[in-house]
Amino acid sequence: MTDQTAGPEHGELILQLRGVGKQFGAVTALEEIELDVHSGEVVALVGDNGAGKSTLVKVLAGVHQPTSGTIEYLGKQVTLDTPGKALEMGIATVFQDLALCENLDVVANLFLGHEISPWRLDEVQMEVRAWTLLQELAARIPSVREPIASLSGGQRQTVAIARSLLLDPQIIMLDEPTAALGVAQTAEVLNLIERVRDRGHGVILISHNMEDVRAVADRIVVLRLGRNNGVFTAETSHQELVAAITGAGENSVSRRTARKLEEVESKA
Amino acid sequence: MTQQTQLDRADTRVRHDTGLSGALRGFVDQVRSGDLGMLPVIVGLLLISIAFSTLNPVFLAPNNLVNLLFDAAAVGFIALGVVCVLLLGEIDLSIGSMSGLASAITGVLWVNSGIPLPLTILAVLITGALVGLLYGFLRNQFEMPSFVATLAGLLALLGLQLYLLGPTGSINMPFTSSLVRFGQILIMPAWLSYLVALLPGVLIVLGAMRTNSQRVAANLSASGLSVPLVKAAFLSAGLVFAVFYLEQGRGVPWMFGVFVLFVAGLNYALTRTKWGRSMFAVGGNAEAARRSGINVKRIRLSAFVVCSTFAALGGVFAAARLASASQQAGTGDVNLNAIAAAVIGGTSLFGGRGSAWSALLGVLVIMAISNGLTLLNLSSSLRYMITGAVLAIAVIVDSLARRSRASHGRA
Repeated sequence: MTDQTAGPEHGELILQLRGVGKQFGAVTALEEIELDVHSGEVVALVGDNGAGKSTLVKVLAGVHQPTSGTIEYLGKQVTLDTPGKALEMGIATVFQDLALCENLDVVANLFLGHEISPWRLDEVQMEVRAWTLLQELAARIPSVREPIASLSGGQRQTVAIARSLLLDPQIIMLDEPTAALGVAQTAEVLNLIERVRDRGHGVILISHNMEDVRAVADRIVVLRLGRNNGVFTAETSHQELVAAITGAGENSVSRRTARKLEEVESKA
Repeated sequence: MTQQTQLDRADTRVRHDTGLSGALRGFVDQVRSGDLGMLPVIVGLLLISIAFSTLNPVFLAPNNLVNLLFDAAAVGFIALGVVCVLLLGEIDLSIGSMSGLASAITGVLWVNSGIPLPLTILAVLITGALVGLLYGFLRNQFEMPSFVATLAGLLALLGLQLYLLGPTGSINMPFTSSLVRFGQILIMPAWLSYLVALLPGVLIVLGAMRTNSQRVAANLSASGLSVPLVKAAFLSAGLVFAVFYLEQGRGVPWMFGVFVLFVAGLNYALTRTKWGRSMFAVGGNAEAARRSGINVKRIRLSAFVVCSTFAALGGVFAAARLASASQQAGTGDVNLNAIAAAVIGGTSLFGGRGSAWSALLGVLVIMAISNGLTLLNLSSSLRYMITGAVLAIAVIVDSLARRSRASHGRA
């Protein structure tokens, strides 16, 4: 798991999308999408509802096939035709509904579908690997022999992320990992994302929460109506990001912010 | 113990129950939160024994218990199959008809057509497997609820059974044949019974020693031997006493021994193999299982096949026990007895929870009730009503325990 020798160097380009488009019948969900992901980098994917984030994630996860454009992975052009193939190549996805089995314990969930010695499960070795992985992530899981049902939302998110790391993917995609979490748990998951990045994985983070995005992302890719609408860094101001997401400087969000600002100023 | 922190002891927030008192405390916590385990069965068996033996002392006579074990094996096999489908949250209502059909096939092929017994049994098992394949196919391809598919199967298989038996309606099996002797007379030698009774305890201790040494080698906490030793001592004492008591009568039936062997086999498959892990995963959250790369459809298919095959084998055992294949075989309360046995033993109707042992323990409870009521000379009208009530109570306990587990954050 910690064996990174076969992987690319830190900062090397892992994934490159050029001119990717996706049509659903008459509807164009994605058009001319460009996206680069390097190892050891968090790329945030933001955009309004219907901007095409989910479609792009599904294309990368192998659920949908793009209708145009090319995907280059580790320098080679690839087709991701099944979810299994994407996973095998090293693109892991943590979907918003974490898809954990509540009746099984943490170890069983981590190794689900990839158990060690299928005819005589090696529980001890699986538990050791589970603890090692969780400690590398500095994850706070009290016991790996408790069923998932007894874990908190943040802990479940941790287990889901750890599970996606088990096969040592190059890229891990997180779909709204903090959507259902409280303040402290969100911070834990953000820490976790940073540690995953520091292990040398490329991370694609999909989120609606600008604060979370600016907290961990190295680059922020904005999608709008299925097209690229700029690449920003964490230093970009909130207004600029919102403008890019909504597509104009003048919109309901900016008007509201301006009005608030005026109120504050008039009081002062 | 090692100086460095063990891998699984780094977090100080968790109470780690160690030793005997810890195990006891853990058990109390577990029961309180709704994880009842084997408790309902043990309480049930105690209540049943007390009630029936005060009403009719014959109930606890060794030979009556031997008879009970003979009866239990056939229904037990059917219940064992039901455990598999219940684990997935599915159900098979045609198990009774399947067992009836199996006994009819046995009668027709073996008695009427003179085909050797092993071939006959093989044919019966293949029939069972094919029926299971059909149910699995209907469930997978047409998303047909197993409740409906198997309800249709109940009628269809019963029809096939009646057709095979023809106008005479029953086929008697020769009393001197090995099959009927197996179902009515054959008893395990006493030494073997005692040996088998000691085996679980020995296996528990050996297994615990092996796990402990592996865990220590892997820098995980080892739980020590006190708990397994006490568990093994109690279990061995109980089983040896049971065998001793049965030996006062005729002894332990081979038929029951074979059943227990299959229970142990299925238990291994469910707890220690990837297939078993996948069964629990699909029963707990099929979508999660699918995304983990488990072939959910194949797992479902396998569960239905195992269920129907065990039901067919149970049918052969029932035929052996009754020395006949009749129109009544597999009808009446067989279906509900088998399902009730699995549920009473602790397998949830909602999927994802259960064990092979639940078939063994549950069938003992169900058979004890049925045997006790027969001894009281109650009419079948009353027996049906009481068995129905027992099933209802078992399901209520299952539902309440599930709710309690949910509120205590257990699966």
